[in-house]
Amino acid sequence: MNDIISTGVLGGILISMIRLATPFLYAAIGETFTQTSGVVNLGVDGIMLLSAYGAFYVALNTGNLWLALLVAMVIGLLMGLLMSFISVTLKAEQGISGIGLYMFGLGMSSLLFKITIGTVKTIDGFQPVKIPFLGDLPIVGPILFQHSIPVYGAFLLVPIAWWVLEKTTLGLKIKSVGQNPAAADSLGINVDRIRYFSVCLGSVLAGIAGASLSIALVNLFQDNLTAGQGFIAVALVYFGGWNPWGVMGGALLFSVVNSIQLWMQVLGVQIPSDVAVMLPYLLTIAALTVTVNRVRQPAALNKPFERGES
Amino acid sequence: MPAKKAASDSAPLHRTGFDWGNVVLHILLPLAGVLVALLIGAIMLVILKVDPISAYGALINGAVGSVSGITQSLVKATPLLLVGLGICIAFRANVINIGGEGQIIVGAIMATWFPLTFSTWPGWLLIPVTLILGFLAGAAWGFVPGILKARLHVNEILSTIMMNSIAQQLMYLLIRGPLMDPAGVAAGTFLAQSARLPQQVWLPRLIPQTLLHAGAILAVLLAIVVYFFLWRTTLGYRIRSVGLNPDASRYAGINVPFYQALSMTLAGGFAGLAGVIEVIGVQHRLLDGITSGYGFTGIVAALLGSLHPLGLIPASILFGGLLVGANEMQRTVQVPSSLISAILGLVVLFVSGSAIWSRRWESRRKLGSQDEEEKS
Repeated sequence: MNDIISTGVLGGILISMIRLATPFLYAAIGETFTQTSGVVNLGVDGIMLLSAYGAFYVALNTGNLWLALLVAMVIGLLMGLLMSFISVTLKAEQGISGIGLYMFGLGMSSLLFKITIGTVKTIDGFQPVKIPFLGDLPIVGPILFQHSIPVYGAFLLVPIAWWVLEKTTLGLKIKSVGQNPAAADSLGINVDRIRYFSVCLGSVLAGIAGASLSIALVNLFQDNLTAGQGFIAVALVYFGGWNPWGVMGGALLFSVVNSIQLWMQVLGVQIPSDVAVMLPYLLTIAALTVTVNRVRQPAALNKPFERGES
Repeated sequence: MPAKKAASDSAPLHRTGFDWGNVVLHILLPLAGVLVALLIGAIMLVILKVDPISAYGALINGAVGSVSGITQSLVKATPLLLVGLGICIAFRANVINIGGEGQIIVGAIMATWFPLTFSTWPGWLLIPVTLILGFLAGAAWGFVPGILKARLHVNEILSTIMMNSIAQQLMYLLIRGPLMDPAGVAAGTFLAQSARLPQQVWLPRLIPQTLLHAGAILAVLLAIVVYFFLWRTTLGYRIRSVGLNPDASRYAGINVPFYQALSMTLAGGFAGLAGVIEVIGVQHRLLDGITSGYGFTGIVAALLGSLHPLGLIPASILFGGLLVGANEMQRTVQVPSSLISAILGLVVLFVSGSAIWSRRWESRRKLGSQDEEEKS
């Protein structure tokens, strides 16, 4: 037993940590863009569900995983446009409209699943790709370099997102409309357009997050496949202080707790599984509580912008 | 100047009278939202090669086509009304409670554990004590995110959603463990549900041979109580003023965090009560799916009722009917009832999106009344 824990299980925990972090990373990095521009999109879970269904349906019927991924992104984009129209153009209360988007995604994915697929089926999703040389390294190789392409993509996204937000004009514009939309507006930045872009980018990434579940990680679709992962992803953005690296830290911490919890069940450690399943949610509340006043949030977060309103 | 600003801020707090603009904004606009959502649902059905007329026909027939349908609609409207009352109180304080599901569950757990433990108590004592304890359990579940928001600014939407998942797991733990039906254990079926509650705690039926129980009357009475609470008491006034303008409330000496936490606690209490009613009025035991999504549908009902306790009564009956009709639609024409969940989501999007017109209209009216003041 000690042997397993020191080698195999630890490796197993870390491998599943990397895998489990993938959908969180896509969704939470996307939401980081959205929130940096001043909009809270709470419908991420709904977008993930509908995209996960769309990707799975296409993969099941065509076998083309890239086409499936594209469909998930298009679904994300469409739902992002809907969310931006309601929260940016119509200036709705973002918390409420996000919940509406979630309920729509949850209901619609279940409806489509029951009518077009019916029973739970599995597919061959994205297969692990071993990276030459690095993948052959002992210990590190299997943990980090023998994953499927969507998993690598999620981790590559982190430095890219950081670079875009911190080092480009676009990133500066996104931040400025999230901090002080009136000032940004007076400098000639089109606040609404930047917010539309950020919400849609976040939603496309949420679409990829959903697809990563249904065609790369679990390779099936069922009702409420995400089980609230989209909401946890939103919480991770607060946890990570609107910084992609912080978000990644949160996603990894969260996933390692989840993966330890899964392994404890596999190994039959004597705690009831229901208690173990509670852990991630308790951790989220604790993380929100601990980190909430540590970093300043975008000043205009959750505040619709109206010209001429001081 | 400050005095004048305070006066115009507090004006909507006092206004309770009827006018036609309000009717259009708070009744016709939301109803139009429901109709458009149903229309989009119909288009979806056509795309999916399902006949929308037979689907909606089955839905309407299921909801209002028989005495059993109508009473079932009222039975489902009851928890929606209770949850919605809590949502009204919280939203009025500008606190968003998405935790209805979890609060219903802890109320339901309490309503199961207590009567099973004190099964010898007479009904006249057991029923009120169970109702109060269920209210308190839900209130405790709402208090946690409420105090976290008020004191530490923790986003209440996220914390209530996490509290939902925790309550769900807690219920699984109990109905697969300490609260599991001993009969199921003895028979070897191990069904994940509690034992049947003692008969004296069952709520009396209003109409024999139907499911309609006394909880429906309790819910309507509470709607009136909440109306008076929000518009006729100091506590209610402060809750609404905290929601309308927290900064002005703070200057006026109102303890804003206290009222935010209080509103979430009350919201939890009402949802907990809905859980009690479901257990002692309908199921008579605790089982998975006890919430039937009322925690979310209650939000939609509250929004459609314009966050007004009395507007909530017709709104919850409408959605109760939709839920009953959806089950009938699934049973007779095999259209999944999740269609209704998608439609509810659209209703929320439309109602929250259309708020822009009511805000514009309010501000135009405010400007109008200021002009009059200046003229006089």
